[in-house]
Amino acid sequence: MSSAPDTQDHTPPLVRVGRFLGDNPMIPLLVLLAALIGVLEIMRPGIVSPFWAGNTIKFAIPLAMLAACQMLTMLTAGIDLSAAVVATVAGFVVATVSPLHGDGAGIAVALLAAAAVGLVNGFGVGVARVHPLIMTLGTGLIATGCLQVYQRLVIATGSDIPDMLEWLGTGRTAGLPNGLFLFVPFAAIILLGLRFTGFGRLLFALGSNEHAAKLSGTRSWQVYIALYLLSALIAGITGLLYVGMIRAPSLSLANPLLLPSVAAAVIGGTSIFGGRGSYAGAIVGALILTVLGTLLTLLQMPEGARRILFGAIILAVTALYVRFTESR
Amino acid sequence: MTDQTDARALLDASGVAKSFGAVRALTDASLSVNAGEVVALMGANGAGKSTFVKILTGALRPDRGRVLIRGQEARVGSPAEARASGLVPVYQEPSLIPDLTVAENLRLTDTPVDPFRAYVDDLGIANLRLGALIHSLPLATLRIFDLARALASDPDVLLLDEMTAALPTDLVERVLKVVRARADAGSGVIYISHRFTEISALCDRAVVLRDGRTVGDLAIEEGVEDRVVELMLGARIDLGRRAGLAHAEARTGTPRLKVRNLAAAPKLTDVSFDLHPGEVLGVVALEGQGQDELFDVLSGFRRATGGTLEVDGTPESFGHPADAIARGLTFVPGDRAHALLAERSVRENIALPFAARIRNWGPLKLRHERDRVAHAIEKLQIDTRAQGEVRRLSGGNQQKVTIGRWLATGVETLLLFDPTRGIDVRTKRQIYPLVRELAANRSAVLFYTSELEEVPLACDRAVVIFNGRTVAEIDASEADEQTLMRAAYGLAEEGAA
Amino acid sequence: MSAILRAHAWSIGLAILFLALLGLAKVIQPSFGITGLESLARAALPFAFATAAMAVVVIVGGIDLSVASMMAVASVTAAVLMQTMPAVPAIVITLAAGALMGAINGGLIVVTRVPDIVATLAMLFVWEGVALLILNAPGGTAADWLENTIRGSFVIPGLPKALVLMTVCVAVVWVPLKRSKLGLSIYATGSHENAAFRSGVAVGKTRIAAYAVCGLFAAMGGLSLTMLTGIGEPVPGPYLMASVAAVVLGGVVLGGGIGGLLGPIIAVFILRIIRTILTLAAVDPNVTTIVEGTIMVAVVMLGALVMMRGRETV
Repeated sequence: MSSAPDTQDHTPPLVRVGRFLGDNPMIPLLVLLAALIGVLEIMRPGIVSPFWAGNTIKFAIPLAMLAACQMLTMLTAGIDLSAAVVATVAGFVVATVSPLHGDGAGIAVALLAAAAVGLVNGFGVGVARVHPLIMTLGTGLIATGCLQVYQRLVIATGSDIPDMLEWLGTGRTAGLPNGLFLFVPFAAIILLGLRFTGFGRLLFALGSNEHAAKLSGTRSWQVYIALYLLSALIAGITGLLYVGMIRAPSLSLANPLLLPSVAAAVIGGTSIFGGRGSYAGAIVGALILTVLGTLLTLLQMPEGARRILFGAIILAVTALYVRFTESR
Repeated sequence: MTDQTDARALLDASGVAKSFGAVRALTDASLSVNAGEVVALMGANGAGKSTFVKILTGALRPDRGRVLIRGQEARVGSPAEARASGLVPVYQEPSLIPDLTVAENLRLTDTPVDPFRAYVDDLGIANLRLGALIHSLPLATLRIFDLARALASDPDVLLLDEMTAALPTDLVERVLKVVRARADAGSGVIYISHRFTEISALCDRAVVLRDGRTVGDLAIEEGVEDRVVELMLGARIDLGRRAGLAHAEARTGTPRLKVRNLAAAPKLTDVSFDLHPGEVLGVVALEGQGQDELFDVLSGFRRATGGTLEVDGTPESFGHPADAIARGLTFVPGDRAHALLAERSVRENIALPFAARIRNWGPLKLRHERDRVAHAIEKLQIDTRAQGEVRRLSGGNQQKVTIGRWLATGVETLLLFDPTRGIDVRTKRQIYPLVRELAANRSAVLFYTSELEEVPLACDRAVVIFNGRTVAEIDASEADEQTLMRAAYGLAEEGAA
Repeated sequence: MSAILRAHAWSIGLAILFLALLGLAKVIQPSFGITGLESLARAALPFAFATAAMAVVVIVGGIDLSVASMMAVASVTAAVLMQTMPAVPAIVITLAAGALMGAINGGLIVVTRVPDIVATLAMLFVWEGVALLILNAPGGTAADWLENTIRGSFVIPGLPKALVLMTVCVAVVWVPLKRSKLGLSIYATGSHENAAFRSGVAVGKTRIAAYAVCGLFAAMGGLSLTMLTGIGEPVPGPYLMASVAAVVLGGVVLGGGIGGLLGPIIAVFILRIIRTILTLAAVDPNVTTIVEGTIMVAVVMLGALVMMRGRETV
């Protein structure tokens, strides 16, 4: 054992609280979630029921999956603003290809389209070194344009959603939404993958200190391409689930989920500067936002105020994070 | 020796102290400059010079002590305020805005054009074009412009930080002349330099800093060099005894690294040496002599602009650290912040290279990883009580983690860049035997250190780099600090020439 | 000197490219003439202001993702105010609100020390929300005479009024600013923040001022939207990506310190006329959107690559 003293002596209390919460983000998050549910129950007694819980979980699932895109990219100090558009594309494509060529082909084409966007993002971020925010915003716009063109091509074919997706999106088993059959294994893969695979390690490493990762022999462009490809595929799968849930493919299907997905990841303790984050936190973040959404609807909060609130949350959480980590 | 409370003192700093977290950069630094005087501020690497300069110029606030300018307590909170109070610095890195023209830069600091033009002329730069963009001008010209701009603002005290580095000889002479004339006209000058020839030609006094305190204030006279070197070295700390023996027979056969006339513009110009398996080769250089570039080239962070590098007899040019690692060259950088994932665990930091290649992106081999990491931790005696985040470890333990990373993967050639900077004596004493042990196991180690007393403790030989060139190769048995210090200051060379 | 020439050469080159594209438009559609020019200038109006706004903050070394949202706020503010008051005070209030929004963005960046790209992303949502609170669906009104200030040609046919108005508005703000000490400080901060600080520039205040100017230009952009449509539009248009692309194409380097407003504004017209040409060539408007988007992303990617190259050689 060495005699090196612990260096925590002079930390101000605010930083220490921040550090504690940073280490255990689940505690305040779960408290917040419980508090919101409490408020909801007080405002409208009897609203909180097993059925309500099932519904909340059902709507939180696609949000939590898109939050995975944001969380994973944020680990490397990135962001994926094309995720919602990619989900929309996948949902729309599967609904229009399936009636012609079968469900399997529909799902395959949908995911291929998603992968294409992901590859372009990965190239732009990893090789051309464009800021991820600008890059994914741009590819999102292009994808939207492509979707509009595609819609005119298939306008006559009509649409149909594969039964399996409808079952996943709307069905219930023992009171719980069937979406959990997809989401539980998905969440397990993300949670375990981040901890126990080399790729997971590299995501944290790149976001924590890209120079150190390079020094250790990591070629970062490879990681970025794989990451944005993965993010796009997750977004694509989310789109498949979401179209099964909404049952009406449209050109803006999953787009309203974009901002909440960023907010869910940030609320869940993922640092937008990279190197820090947990998927468990993002899942709770998605639940919090879903409950908050119900609450704001009950309060008849206008859409504008909601957006201000989301923006303010992102800025406030990030600013607090900067404050806490500044003393380093 | 001068009286600290001299009424003529233009600038009087006394008892200045500054700490960064647990690191005490300055403990008791003092300096006074009188009108008409040029004072050299000297100190070996890490003596606290740069922190002192930052405090004098207002870029940092001291924890203790005071800085008086013309007898007034200087409340310098920013460079702008330091300027207003009459102290104008010229930094090593020119503070001209690269994308603005010369004229615009003058306007930005409200510098009058005519005196500037006159000084530029005096300093030996012909045909000044005020419309030229700064980034299109050569570095030497920029330093002259920076100096001329400072002079034109009519400062009480002028602070010159390594003003003559990267200047051709004729310009250096002009600079010395102009600065001397400025002092004779009643200004005070603080002159920071590694070059004794310039200091003896220009300065009246030399203030020597060591370990964050002022240890000497000498008049410049014949033979002052030896006294200054002595003061800079100071009393020795017992760093332990040399472990292991030099392997004389090791220096045969194909060298692990064969470096010939290696250059990396602009600082590294011509470096050559051989490094054999089983050998520890020291690199000795003052700050900024090209050693950073040398290590960057060897570790794959930068391509050489000239010369050759052979690894085990095969010519190599690395485009990425991964290439260097593939050839067994592993790098421990000088700044630990560049090497560590501050918010991740000791284990993840040490195991980082395991995941770097695509074929290792899958599930981790947890048992293998645990064994290798445990081995490295044990070998280095890393204190792992604060396992959670590396940034909560002490500096010494952090440094052990960066070295442990390569012990865990297996060392062929280890490039150590100042591994003992800013760490405790105890850890230092653990690092030297470790380096010797690596050599005993046929690894090759290149060891740059800013602390000269380490050379005989850890190395078999040392090469000395000055001005981007290898100027000496010294065997460990002869590598006492005086010899190394003189060589590092280019003094041996001047004696020979 | 040569570098200054080169900077101008870029704008000149862009102008020549623009003229060539104009010629191409004429070849494809011989009836393309004065009316075509006038509608081109009108369509370019909000894009030009958005680009001017973006250019100022990019020069200071930042970026403002909330430009389009601020335009939406300005558009609905003006449209709502003009229901109850004459146009001139409404315009003054709107411009002041724009500068204030920009100053808030800059102030938040300086005070919270959150990187500008993240802070303005959050503010993008905030201003979007504010616009929706002011007006939750397109509505309001614009004074009739306002529309006439951008319709038709000024003095000589073929010199669109919209172009004249835009040039005057941008010049009134930018020319004195660029000649002032503040303008110099903006370039200095963007070029080399540390050197600027050492040269005595109040870096934080300079940055806030640049964001305020950005907000002012964004407000002009929002006003131009209201003038074009006669109503206020609370949902932000596609101005963010377009302005970033025009700024990069116009020779302003992402990272700061280099470029001006002339190049980016010419770039706006180039991007607009490409759309016109595609339309004239009877390309599906949706395909046009894709082509446009691809050009923008490609421009930004190239800009990033060029910047990396530059960093390596320096």
